[in-house]
Amino acid sequence: MATRRRVAREFKAPPFTRADVEAVSARYDEPDWLRQLRLEAWATYEGTPMPTTKDEPWRRTDYRHINWDSAGTLLAPNGGQLDDIPAASRQPLLGEEQGGMLAFVDDVVVHHEVSEALTGQGVIFTDLRTAAVEHPDLVRDHFMTHAITPETGKFAALNAALWTHGTFLYVPRGKTVELPAHSIFYTTQPGVSLGHMLVVLEEGAQIDYLHESLSPTLDVDGSFIGATELIVKDGANLRFVSLQDWGHHMFEFSHQRARVGNDAQLDWITGQMGSKFVKAFLEIDLDGQGSWGRMSAVYFPDGKQFMDLDTQQNHNAPHTTSDLLFKGVLKDESRSVWQGMIKALPGAQKTDGFQANRNMLMGNKTRADSIPGLEIEADDVRCTHASATGQIEEEMIYYLMTRGLPRDEAVKLAVDGFFVPVLDRIPFENVRDRMLAYVERKLLGHD
Amino acid sequence: MGAALEIRNLHVSVEDQPILRGVNLTVQQGEVHALMGPNGSGKSTLANTIMGHPAYAITAGQLIFDGEDLLELETDERARLGLFMAFQYPVAIPGVTVANFLRNAINARMKSQDPESKGIGIPAFRKLMLDKMDLLQMDKSFGGRYLNDGFSGGEKKRAEILQMAVMEPQIAIMDETDSGLDIDALRVVSEGVNTLSGPELGVLVITHYQRILNYIKPQYVHIMLDGQIAESGGPELAVHLEEHGYDWLREKQNGNGK
Repeated sequence: MATRRRVAREFKAPPFTRADVEAVSARYDEPDWLRQLRLEAWATYEGTPMPTTKDEPWRRTDYRHINWDSAGTLLAPNGGQLDDIPAASRQPLLGEEQGGMLAFVDDVVVHHEVSEALTGQGVIFTDLRTAAVEHPDLVRDHFMTHAITPETGKFAALNAALWTHGTFLYVPRGKTVELPAHSIFYTTQPGVSLGHMLVVLEEGAQIDYLHESLSPTLDVDGSFIGATELIVKDGANLRFVSLQDWGHHMFEFSHQRARVGNDAQLDWITGQMGSKFVKAFLEIDLDGQGSWGRMSAVYFPDGKQFMDLDTQQNHNAPHTTSDLLFKGVLKDESRSVWQGMIKALPGAQKTDGFQANRNMLMGNKTRADSIPGLEIEADDVRCTHASATGQIEEEMIYYLMTRGLPRDEAVKLAVDGFFVPVLDRIPFENVRDRMLAYVERKLLGHD
Repeated sequence: MGAALEIRNLHVSVEDQPILRGVNLTVQQGEVHALMGPNGSGKSTLANTIMGHPAYAITAGQLIFDGEDLLELETDERARLGLFMAFQYPVAIPGVTVANFLRNAINARMKSQDPESKGIGIPAFRKLMLDKMDLLQMDKSFGGRYLNDGFSGGEKKRAEILQMAVMEPQIAIMDETDSGLDIDALRVVSEGVNTLSGPELGVLVITHYQRILNYIKPQYVHIMLDGQIAESGGPELAVHLEEHGYDWLREKQNGNGK
């Protein structure tokens, strides 16, 4: 009788040590409090097991094929410059104007400009390391205290212990910022990149913010261990757009979470195009009465890409409204997972939560898992979800072809149209256009 | 003499079930034909076969348009030659505006004629679309709506006529355009077709009911029964049909030894 022997692979942790944490802290010559935070986070990290497919949030998400030998090595910057970043990403967001731009190549700031319009209002937009030195109180108050903590998860603890670069955006009370802020993480070297983003809008503040994560494709595995914290205080209004276009060697593990205060608003749009593997936790906490949070995503994996977007809409106060729309197109042998939970705490009466996930499949080898969920502990709420996954509709393609559109153009139009309801939520026209260009690149691509 | 659509001894099956069993029909540019028949007689099969729907298998016969063998061509190529079909059930294309869609369709045709073509400019396109909307007395806001998405039955059919006006086909097939329309919508849509009719356009109106022929006046009327054209004649044939139904025709067919 033939037996199949298979080596049981383990969910291995990357090969970091406490010495790495010390080294990173020393390299950046950090203040003691920050070094202490890192070491405490490292202890948490060590006390937390690596997630496995036995853990519910990871049940469909197996990362055992990652090669930590390359993806778990702290990367060494190699003198990258702003010009290395693709020109399309460097464009101003509104006509010729840009409120601020902060660009990293690997973990080095290669460009930093903030217009006087912003500095004049007291806006701080700088790299997190500088912010920790120049604005220690602001950073200490908000950094890994409100949104993400080391206890959030294994990778959150790793980010807290080892983060190599980050952005800090702070808008003071009552300031409405007209020009958008824009940041870029661009990675050129093999290894791990640990980026951290901290956004704080004080009461009644308002701004639009675009962040992009991208890299060329390298021939060895790389990783991005990220944390994004969005703190939107009472009456504040944040529109946040985040685009991900990593090279096809990249594994992303990220925690992204927003806290939204009384009558505050968060409009959060993400576009997921690149990477080899993504496991992203995206969470909105509606902490304040009357707060509103919207989470939208477009994702388009192709080849053998795997994307797992795990969302949570937490209604922690009465009269809160959340709205989620995630739309994916899958091509070749790609896979996606969306699992979304709406939670309403016992006191969160009169809340309104909605989530919808739609997937358009191109071909029989794609697979999209769609797992909505509700956990409602209040009795006077309206929480609903909708989910639909299906092959691209041949009747639609036929209809378009009867108007003279060749098949590939008919497909492109149908896919564009599928994404448009989400893309229309992006407040920057040139970013919308770039998303459509990504889509075209994906459709023309062959894998 | 203009282009002609020639249907010769056409046999078509769907999932191995024969639906059309030897259809012969020629529509010339400038002519208006009506094709009538009860449900299930094969009218919509004929329309979709002409356009190249992949579900319809041609087992025998020919389809010629303007001298070209349609069976060699994909759906989009047939359309770019100058064939158009107004759908009985137009398909909603969410996220794609009527204007965006029409511009894409025009550009596809221009690029097939000249691979170097950059397509129609936005100002020229806007003028074209607004002119056609004027001609059809349509609301200008139509262009900004997602195609057929949330449209009423009447709006869908008007959108079909607008597409026809913009595409300027040589032969248009109206597949049960009258179905599901109230009398006002029917009048509006029919007036649209009449506005576009002329020496440059041949029309094949497929219908289950005679009432659309009160508005669109065909020169020729054909009656389809069981996958064949059972009778052809002038406008009086439609009137006769309205008064007597299809039974006399069935009896006549049977009497002929069928």
